[in-house]
Amino acid sequence: MKTYDVIVVGAGPAGLGAAIESGKAGASVLLADENDQPGGQLFKQIHKFFGSHDHYAGTRGFQIGQQLLEEAARAHVEIRLSTRVWGIFEDGTVSACTEDESFRCRGTWLILATGATENSLVFPGNTLPGVITAGAAQTMVNLRHVRPGSRAVVVGSGNVGLIVSYQLLQAGMDVAAILEAAPQVTGYAVHAGKVRRAGVPVLCSHTVLEARGERELEEVVVAQVDGQFRLIPGTEEVIQADTLCISVGLTPRWELAALCGCKMDFCGPLGGRLPLHSETLETTCPHVLVAGDLSGIEEASTALDEGRLAGVHAAAALGLLSTAESAEREREIQSRIAALRQGAFGRKRQTSKEQIWSRYHQHQGGGL
Amino acid sequence: MERKNAYVCRCEEVTQEEIIAAIRAGDTTLDAVKRRTRAGMGFCQGRTCRRLVAQLISAYSDVPFDTALEGSVRMPVGPLSLGLIADTAGGTEE
Ligand SMILES: Cc1cc2nc3c(=O)[nH]c(=O)nc-3n(C[C@H](O)[C@H](O)[C@H](O)COP(=O)(O)OP(=O)(O)OC[C@H]3O[C@@H](n4cnc5c(N)ncnc54)[C@H](O)[C@@H]3O)c2cc1C
Repeated sequence: MKTYDVIVVGAGPAGLGAAIESGKAGASVLLADENDQPGGQLFKQIHKFFGSHDHYAGTRGFQIGQQLLEEAARAHVEIRLSTRVWGIFEDGTVSACTEDESFRCRGTWLILATGATENSLVFPGNTLPGVITAGAAQTMVNLRHVRPGSRAVVVGSGNVGLIVSYQLLQAGMDVAAILEAAPQVTGYAVHAGKVRRAGVPVLCSHTVLEARGERELEEVVVAQVDGQFRLIPGTEEVIQADTLCISVGLTPRWELAALCGCKMDFCGPLGGRLPLHSETLETTCPHVLVAGDLSGIEEASTALDEGRLAGVHAAAALGLLSTAESAEREREIQSRIAALRQGAFGRKRQTSKEQIWSRYHQHQGGGL
Repeated sequence: MERKNAYVCRCEEVTQEEIIAAIRAGDTTLDAVKRRTRAGMGFCQGRTCRRLVAQLISAYSDVPFDTALEGSVRMPVGPLSLGLIADTAGGTEE
């Protein structure tokens, strides 16, 4: 059986970061992703990132992905695409398959960076053609260059919903409305400003009731909700649309972590159920690290740096970095992550993360 | 226009009404609902509906949402043909 120093599952920003750092230090690394393209969510991002230079501000998402792929190649990372990891056995062997073969391999360290799944909603007509998730809309428009339809309603005013709305406009579609069940927009003001200036109404305290159409989506029934998200009768309205884009949050893809036996935890603000982990991304399973959206839904830049941190941790544990080298590298990455967890939105994530770290240490019997 | 169904598990075509009926009949865990209705047993292995079923369990019983989410996970994670599983069991080693 082929063995590696490090096996990384998921080639999004987190997995790429982990593979690059451990590979650069000299570890043999396998990076597997079920998609036919590496980069995870990054390659769908055609807009420029903001923040500081360290965080690739001003660079478009897919270009960041390209740079990371080059770094991974220089670090001699073996990247296997269209390869889904489907199981992890008690003895630590990892099983993966492509379309026509299944194989097993072993890694001294396993870094899980499986990202997240988009949440869905239940309403009559939710399986009509034309009802899609925001991620699907992004894949169609930005990667495959096809328009999902001509007129969309978007559900959810978080950053993903706002950005996707803007990208649908750029692709030449009309966006009839963005619905938000909360009384105010939940994403960043800059993104909201951009779609509002483009003339898209953001209907707060509104939700989708029903999707209608004979064979595909023709109209969307929306209605107002009160502070407890209860429907206000008599407020129903019909909006003509052939595309309904659902963007109501993400859930970490924790299945593989659970299979490994990692203790699970729950944190609403970070997406729900996720593996309990420390500041340096250790789980309750020895030799299993997690990073990125799997360890709490944040953003691409945080995912990348969490991945790098996990990669450094594994490389140091393998004896490939001196204590001083790894401490220096960790400090550098930690300070970048800390900068990303500032501001009104960042603080909330920081507090949630701190709760998880402290529960991790309680579980491991150490206290902080 | 006729009113369409509200599906919770699209792989196995299980509707919201069927899930609520199962909860009312006493199934208050993901696994129990799965055994009665097949929700979560399809192609995606519950990736999409797990959260929705847990939300319904917490809405229609006294089990809180985070507890309702605790279901069992089994291999394979994702769809895989039996032939390929047999390959691995036989030990196609790299
Ligand atoms: C629609 C959408 C838009 C977004 N827009 C932005 C944005 O504009 N800016 C921003 O900063 N953030 C954005 N985000 C969030 C950001 O993309 C994520 O925080 C970031 O991509 C997380 O990185 P990751 O590496 O953890 O996960 P991902 O990028 O999701 O990568 C995970 C990878 O793991 C693979 N994988 C999972 N399970 C397996 C398995 N069993 N076997 C093999 N491979 C597997 C997946 O195929 C995927 O490629 C967006 C997210 C979504 C869903």
